[in-house]
Amino acid sequence: MPLEALPTLPEGPEKDYLWTLNFGPQHPATHTTLRLILTLDGETVVTAVPDIGFLHSGFEKLGEDLDFNQYVTIVDRMNYISPIMNEIAWHHTVEKLMGIELTPRCKYIRTILGELARISDHLLCAGAQALDLGAFTAFLYGFQQREVIYDIYETISGQRFHPSYTRVGGLLFDVTDQFIRKVRNFVKEFPKTHADMCRLLNRNRIFLERTQGIGVLSKELAIDLSCTGPLARSSGVVRDLRKDEPYLAYPDFQTAFKVVCAAEGDCYARYIVRMEEMIESLKIIDAAIENLPAGAVNVDVESKAVFPAQTSVYRSIESMIQHFELVMPNRQWTPPVDEVYGAIESPNGELGFYIVSDGTGVAYRARTRPPSYIHFAVFPYLIEGHQISDVVAVLGSLNIIAAELDR
Amino acid sequence: MAHDTIIAALKAKFAELVTTEFRDNFRVVVAPARLFDVLQSLKDEHGFNMLFELTAADYLKYPKATDRFGVVYGLLNMATGVRIFVKTWLNEPDLTLPSAFPLWKGADWLEREVYDMYGILFDGHPDLRRILMPEAFTSFPLRKDYPLRGRGERHNFAVITRAES
Repeated sequence: MPLEALPTLPEGPEKDYLWTLNFGPQHPATHTTLRLILTLDGETVVTAVPDIGFLHSGFEKLGEDLDFNQYVTIVDRMNYISPIMNEIAWHHTVEKLMGIELTPRCKYIRTILGELARISDHLLCAGAQALDLGAFTAFLYGFQQREVIYDIYETISGQRFHPSYTRVGGLLFDVTDQFIRKVRNFVKEFPKTHADMCRLLNRNRIFLERTQGIGVLSKELAIDLSCTGPLARSSGVVRDLRKDEPYLAYPDFQTAFKVVCAAEGDCYARYIVRMEEMIESLKIIDAAIENLPAGAVNVDVESKAVFPAQTSVYRSIESMIQHFELVMPNRQWTPPVDEVYGAIESPNGELGFYIVSDGTGVAYRARTRPPSYIHFAVFPYLIEGHQISDVVAVLGSLNIIAAELDR
Repeated sequence: MAHDTIIAALKAKFAELVTTEFRDNFRVVVAPARLFDVLQSLKDEHGFNMLFELTAADYLKYPKATDRFGVVYGLLNMATGVRIFVKTWLNEPDLTLPSAFPLWKGADWLEREVYDMYGILFDGHPDLRRILMPEAFTSFPLRKDYPLRGRGERHNFAVITRAES
């Protein structure tokens, strides 16, 4: 960052006590590579200038080179706290572009996995928020349940962290009975951990004093700054794409869950909204796993969008041709020559993709609307006037994932 | 539909507007000169109080494209939940658009990213600098004439000889 981009310090003998502090990019409380340039008056933050881009790796440029199924391995690595949400968002937009209507079983499985990802994201965010303020135990309790969710991902895809599980028009594999057993077990066990975390933090005096009234975001500012997700909902914005623009299996669960909102807009409200959303997510998972429809997970092979089963590729010429056509870079899918925006409610907020298609199997332009990027721009508005020790409290409550921030 | 009344009202005010539709995306295509007026009208008269998306694309190698850059504004009315997209076309050498920052503060970083990736300038932006790429970077990486790999990435890193190391 050039020196002239920094805010100019006020001149004059009575102002020369202002000083500049570099926060990050290697500070442990920034979790990943975030850098803040703080101007301080004693311990009070006067201005904060975020400097980002340390983790920029050209994901959107890669999206213009990899086909719709290959790029899923890249979007996985954007928000690596809830990777499957990125996959669902990406293929949701691709399927919207191609006009593919998924099978009910696929919709339900994606919904369950998405809600599990939401719980694992919120567990890390709430836990890390407490960790930054000195409460280590809640973080460990949360991580123990995240391990269970990773185990469920491993059961379905063979990969714990980056499952790359969705495909155009369906999923990599169908789920097994073991998956259903593990999810049922998680639904049964998770409320205990949640109650433990709540007991540790909700009325913890130190936690309350460090978070209540800190980093207040008003409703008007939240809308003006394009905030979505828990950040906006904790400021009184009542908007959740699962209710407002239902996608996947959410139309079936409209009565099963509530949208959690708060009015205060401070760090504590954001923590509480995330904790309560986990319980709502659990209700959706419970309803979905008990009503999981039978049938295929992939759309009909005749749609020419999905790979035929391996056995039929080996045994029939039509299936072999179709497999070949989807693999060869000069054949693949033929989406309409147009552009489309599709979004889902990710744990962090509205995660959207804007795909410009030139009629080939590779996106001409694959733009991500990353909630972390938009929420980090809010940070200077929240911190100014607070103490330097509140920087970590606000940063933790925003849940900034640097890989998604910089892409 | 709510879109129809909004688009009809816009067309009555700005005669030259072109509208397109794909899936549930409703788009208004407008010339750069009238862009700010259309955005302001959408915000003030039709209640689009959130700019949820601002992005661009380079149509250099796009089939049957006549213009080089397309800039897309995604607007959302928080009261009704209606989304609308405003699109404008830009050609070299005049890559300047009016900044949407006076209307929505959320445009700040979104416009900086479009500038960083495509070199499109936003007139009236308070702090238009590179955001993701290093400050000394000279190219605009998401342009279609920029290769996927292998140009300019390390141009400002001096080669260290063995004697200096």
